[in-house]
Amino acid sequence: MAADNIVLEIKGLYKSFGSNHVLRDFSVTLSQGENLAVLGKSGSGKSVLIKCIIGLIIPDAGSIKVFGQEVHELHQDDLDQMRAKIGFLFQSNALYDSMTVEENLLFPLRRHWITQGQADTDAAVVEALEDVGLGHTRYMMPSELSGGMRKRIALARTLILKPQIILYDEPTTGLDPITSREISELIVRVQKKYNTASMIISHDMSCIHATANRIVMLIDGKCYANDTYEKLMQSTDQKIRDFFIETI
Amino acid sequence: MKLKNWLPPKENLRQIEAFLEELGDLARFCGRFFSELFKPRPEVEEFFRQCFWVGYKSLPLVAITAFIMGLVLTIQSRPTLVEFGAESLLPAMVAVSLVREISPVITALICAGKIGSGMGAELGSMRVTEQIDAMEVSGTNPFKYLIVTRILATTLMLPILANLSNAISMFGGYLGVNIRGSVSWYLYWSQVFDALSYGDLVPSLIKTFFFGFAIGLIGCYKGYNTSRGTEGVGRSANSAVVIASLLVFIIDLIAVQLTDLLGFT
Repeated sequence: MAADNIVLEIKGLYKSFGSNHVLRDFSVTLSQGENLAVLGKSGSGKSVLIKCIIGLIIPDAGSIKVFGQEVHELHQDDLDQMRAKIGFLFQSNALYDSMTVEENLLFPLRRHWITQGQADTDAAVVEALEDVGLGHTRYMMPSELSGGMRKRIALARTLILKPQIILYDEPTTGLDPITSREISELIVRVQKKYNTASMIISHDMSCIHATANRIVMLIDGKCYANDTYEKLMQSTDQKIRDFFIETI
Repeated sequence: MKLKNWLPPKENLRQIEAFLEELGDLARFCGRFFSELFKPRPEVEEFFRQCFWVGYKSLPLVAITAFIMGLVLTIQSRPTLVEFGAESLLPAMVAVSLVREISPVITALICAGKIGSGMGAELGSMRVTEQIDAMEVSGTNPFKYLIVTRILATTLMLPILANLSNAISMFGGYLGVNIRGSVSWYLYWSQVFDALSYGDLVPSLIKTFFFGFAIGLIGCYKGYNTSRGTEGVGRSANSAVVIASLLVFIIDLIAVQLTDLLGFT
């Protein structure tokens, strides 16, 4: 992949919580149109990594550049502008319980689309809901939706600002195998439609196999391996083999 | 005796340290409220929504409690006044007691229970389900959107609720006076208004602003800083009520002393 296509560049990232060293000299790059999966066991620091990228957690050391801008040096307003280019699908969906599906989708627009009219925002809501195949849920409350539908609505809210990078935090956790497959297919469909760069944090091997062009293995806080699914499957490295055997 | 024996045990020291740390965090939270309050782009719509929830939605509970409070206070006070041959002072005594002390404090305690716990639980569950993080990611300042609007709404709505409570409790008092006696509508209200002065009303009104601020601040602080999952949500809601209620009494005590010092007695 050409270097000028790189949208996200992480170099030498360190993050500790007390004596727990979660990330230790972690480095990775993400290019336009690429689906990168970060694979690791529970508690290995995958969620910490993407929360560092979006600026929710401040790393102890290292560099995170999004579109060439150092995330942790940005002023709050610039950080908000940059966040509009990054979609974040939370593990818990993080839908606002007190709002309808439509209000949930409109929420990110209120900050970034101040000048747009009612017709534009309506069209954006309809398009985002159609992208995830849930146009009929527009006036429903999140509590009326199933787990899979909530995940899709969360993805629709992520898509509404047309982000160039999407960060998925455990997108299939807690879902049945059929719904998991549907979500995986949706991730691929979204990537193709909008040509986004995606980072998928997961330990669900079937999701990773279905979605990722490249896999990074996060072991002991470091980028232990960085290759395609097929090549990692054939690896003779014991740690990689153990991981694949345990999770498949 | 050695100095070591006079020192509190380690466990107590840890508790004192934790208490002081919490106090420092609360002071920082309070400071952030004032700094965010004056930043541009106020969240007007959310502020009015919170005013509706805090004020209008609390009104039925406050009104029923106030009416019963006025009624019960009148019925309970009558025998003592009769004993001293001062039954005719009943409306005046009830009015002054209610306006100066009972009505604002009871209203604040009801709000500490209803609003404080509600805010603690709502914000707490938003925190543990990452809704606050989602707000931040979508470019909204969650502190300004969630905290500033709620504290401001509570601060402004509590005085209104307390004043309505004053008025409604007087109606309860009128009923109480007429259960065992007979006082005309006109005479009752004449005695009530003759007994009351601005010196009764103004300090009572001012302290309700502080009650409202304390209830909003503690409810939001506890909810916003919730950790440890759903168990933490319950703990936040509970401690928001306990601390806010305690603060209401402390503020009341300070307000009474200040009223005395300023000669409003």
